[in-house]
Amino acid sequence: MRQGTSGMKADEISELIAGACPGVTEAGPADAVAGVASACVAFPATLEEAAAVMRAAAQAGLAVVPRGAGTRLSWDAPPRRCDLVVDMTRMDRVIEHAAGDLVVRVQAGVTMGRLAAALGAAGQRLSLDAPASSTAGGVIATGTAGPLRLRYGTPRDLLIGITVIRADGRVARSGGKVVKNVAGYDIGKLFAGSAGTLGLIADATFRLHPVPPARAFVTCTCTGDGHAAPAGALAYVTRQDARPGRAAGKVAQAVTEAACSALVPSAVEIDQPVPGGPVRVGVLLEGTQRGVAERADRMAGVLGTVGGGAEVGEDPPEWWGKCGETTEVGDGTLVRVAFWAAALRQVLDAIEVAAAGAGVKPAVGGSAGAGVLYARLGGDAEPAAVARFVTALRGAMRSGPGGTPGTDTPGGAVTRGSAVVLAAPPAVRAAVDPWGPVPAIGLMRAVKDQFDPEHRMAPGRFAGGI
Amino acid sequence: MTQTAASAPAESACAALVPAMTRICGPDGVITDPAELRTYECDGLTSHRTAPALVVLPATAGQVAAVVRECAAAGVPFVARGSGTGLSGGAMPRADGVLIVTSRMRAIIEIDRASRRAIVEPGVTNLSVSKAAEPFGLFYAPDPSSQVICSVGGNVAENSGGAHCLKHGFTVNHVTGLEIVTPAGELTWLGDGTGASPGYDLLGAFTGSEGTLGVVTKIVVKLTPLPEAVTTLLAAYATMSEGGAAVSSIISHGILPAAIEMMDALSIEAAEAAVHCRYPEGAGAVLIVELDGPSPEVEAETAVVRELCEAAGATEIRTAAGAAERAVIWAGRKSAFAAVGRISPAYIVQDGVVPRTALPAVLGKIAELSAATPGVRVANVFHAGDGNLHPLVLYDDSSPGATEAAEEVSGRILDLCIEHGGSITGEHGVGVDKSKYMPRMFADDDLDTMQMVRCAFNPANLCNPGKVFPTPRLCGEVPGVHRGAPHPAVASGEAELF
Repeated sequence: MRQGTSGMKADEISELIAGACPGVTEAGPADAVAGVASACVAFPATLEEAAAVMRAAAQAGLAVVPRGAGTRLSWDAPPRRCDLVVDMTRMDRVIEHAAGDLVVRVQAGVTMGRLAAALGAAGQRLSLDAPASSTAGGVIATGTAGPLRLRYGTPRDLLIGITVIRADGRVARSGGKVVKNVAGYDIGKLFAGSAGTLGLIADATFRLHPVPPARAFVTCTCTGDGHAAPAGALAYVTRQDARPGRAAGKVAQAVTEAACSALVPSAVEIDQPVPGGPVRVGVLLEGTQRGVAERADRMAGVLGTVGGGAEVGEDPPEWWGKCGETTEVGDGTLVRVAFWAAALRQVLDAIEVAAAGAGVKPAVGGSAGAGVLYARLGGDAEPAAVARFVTALRGAMRSGPGGTPGTDTPGGAVTRGSAVVLAAPPAVRAAVDPWGPVPAIGLMRAVKDQFDPEHRMAPGRFAGGI
Repeated sequence: MTQTAASAPAESACAALVPAMTRICGPDGVITDPAELRTYECDGLTSHRTAPALVVLPATAGQVAAVVRECAAAGVPFVARGSGTGLSGGAMPRADGVLIVTSRMRAIIEIDRASRRAIVEPGVTNLSVSKAAEPFGLFYAPDPSSQVICSVGGNVAENSGGAHCLKHGFTVNHVTGLEIVTPAGELTWLGDGTGASPGYDLLGAFTGSEGTLGVVTKIVVKLTPLPEAVTTLLAAYATMSEGGAAVSSIISHGILPAAIEMMDALSIEAAEAAVHCRYPEGAGAVLIVELDGPSPEVEAETAVVRELCEAAGATEIRTAAGAAERAVIWAGRKSAFAAVGRISPAYIVQDGVVPRTALPAVLGKIAELSAATPGVRVANVFHAGDGNLHPLVLYDDSSPGATEAAEEVSGRILDLCIEHGGSITGEHGVGVDKSKYMPRMFADDDLDTMQMVRCAFNPANLCNPGKVFPTPRLCGEVPGVHRGAPHPAVASGEAELF
């Protein structure tokens, strides 16, 4: 018989929850959260059932982990305790698609694929590159975004209303179904990226965009002259590139000119399968047929002057969005490196130097134009080496670009970057702090204490052990 | 008009702070003279006035932190104020408290073209960020109508929008880092400027919290490449419903203009009298559509919008290409609030939101309300693209009962917005003006949950108390009454309201 970490046995928990929600089962091995077994799984079908489950869990002091499709459940640290997984996939309705208002309200368990199909029928979309199998609630809770983040931001930018169930079982709403709204605090922002640690997301309202009639991908490849990155790259001291022939410098130039151009790219991505190797640059343009054709020609000119011959295509290159938070990581490690875009060359150099020093070969790619890159390592990489890589990279992120003193001390200069381990096998997690320095962690703990004073919601999954 | 006075002990608590504040901000950074204090007694919501006990003018983040620490230790409430252009009383001082004015913190610290970021101090005006970014081919997108004078710190507090937020988004979509002083007096950063900072999105929760969670001392803003082309199109209609149909038709064709604005006959008449904007004579509605972006896209979209406007029954269409022609079209719209002040002794500016598709129904009901209330007229000027209504409730405050009738109409308009799934405020904020309406839009548990955020940041509730949430202490909340006389900044030509 399984036993929850609250001390209650699975059959006791199951009986307790059944009074709130008929959909409840004892948990199986597949219901483990990042390797931690749960006692039971509840499958609420309505908001009322979900709230009743949360109230019952509160009364019994159960540790609760919310779950959508489970596509990112292996991310983040294992929960310290887990009695009950609340599975939202039965709450999968599109509640209201107000096409004329470009707004949709959905239950948290709807998959992004189904939502996209419903919206597509009206010529509209939710401008996030979320995996089709992920749920809306899961996408909000993980804050995941793909290449479109450059133009449309992340889930928090498109979320205009939210209904949450608090740890104590109370239902609370914020925002609404109008895009322009400043009444009250925006609770949706707090829940975006909160990894289930503040409460259960029940439904969400998003602003939508029309599907553009045409798109084009403009791509080029930047090859270096074979010189390695300067060793000083880790300290961000190399304001001027001493070796202008290197790929990183060309990439930075191409990405900057693309992102700063008035051609309004929807995405500016890069992909570097091997550190120090050639870098592919891709720009997505969306709009009218004629407009996109002309803009693509001009963008090809922008990229071509830097990266050699640029190509224009209607379909994404095979590498598009493949190294990022919206793709499968498997048993490997995924590190998100966020930085001020001007530091792109330094960051590429720092990754190269840190990788060489640690003896790992990460694939690097992501939304360079938006200052977000991902380093991806296979499951075969040695955990201690991965840890060395992340630590070295973090050292580089601590100082500002161009030698500006950067520090995470309160009131000092803004840190301007981070290297966060999003997904990793347990051995890597044990070897390195997945988060690194988190500004305002004290305030985050205060928020957690308000929303979940007993620390029962996904305890230990978040930054600083929250 | 609402006036509050401080009790003697509260005033002496502030008086006791003067030496410490003088040490922190210097003798010229502390105001105690009653006549000078009165110049800070209200923001853009002039119907609520309270002179602060003490005004401080810190010049650095460290000074702000020291000031807040003194207040926290003494248990004295404090309110931050930027340029004082807010329209909901968010920066209204406390008679028993300290007003922290950020007007000396006006440095644009850095502009980083390649990152498309700027770091600014809170007292920097909105427009000056765009001006400083222009040589780099960039601008700061949020453009509240008071952008000439309003401060970026105030924009953060109010999550300011503007006519162009339909396409470009609000302040919260353009701020990636904030250095704040917490209500306990600690300096800390929320967000690292990247837009992908680890941990909870405290930056997102702070933006739009109307100064109740702390004081902003530095802001990292996103800059946007200047649009290659901008076209402004004016279409005149016989009726509001035809104009509304044109708006729906543009949106349903998958076009997202930078701005879609609409004015009704009464506001057109007022604007004509004030600035001779020469909008088509006898029009029942005027629609202004602005498109921006890459030249080929703007060209293609302009042609489509023109066709759609014609198909909706436009009696006249004008297109402006150059900046000068655009300014002519916008002149009437931008003058509307002030212009209405010339045709009515007093008026209330409302700021409700409805789903765009509910606009015709709600406008119809507003017209019924107006017709059914003697002595009250309603002029409609609004951001049609996002359903953000700015009804101007006109009345003669010298006529007995007219003020009450106008407030009744104004409140009923908010009820209409809520009934249609909208909001009581789209961009002006709740402040002191609308806290009493919050329970109409939100349930107790909703408000309780929001207050949990306040309790995390501001447990002692000394930081801008009495704003946003209804509290028993506040009384006499009335909607924003604007006298015939405009805001001093408007009168002096420093700011324009629209």
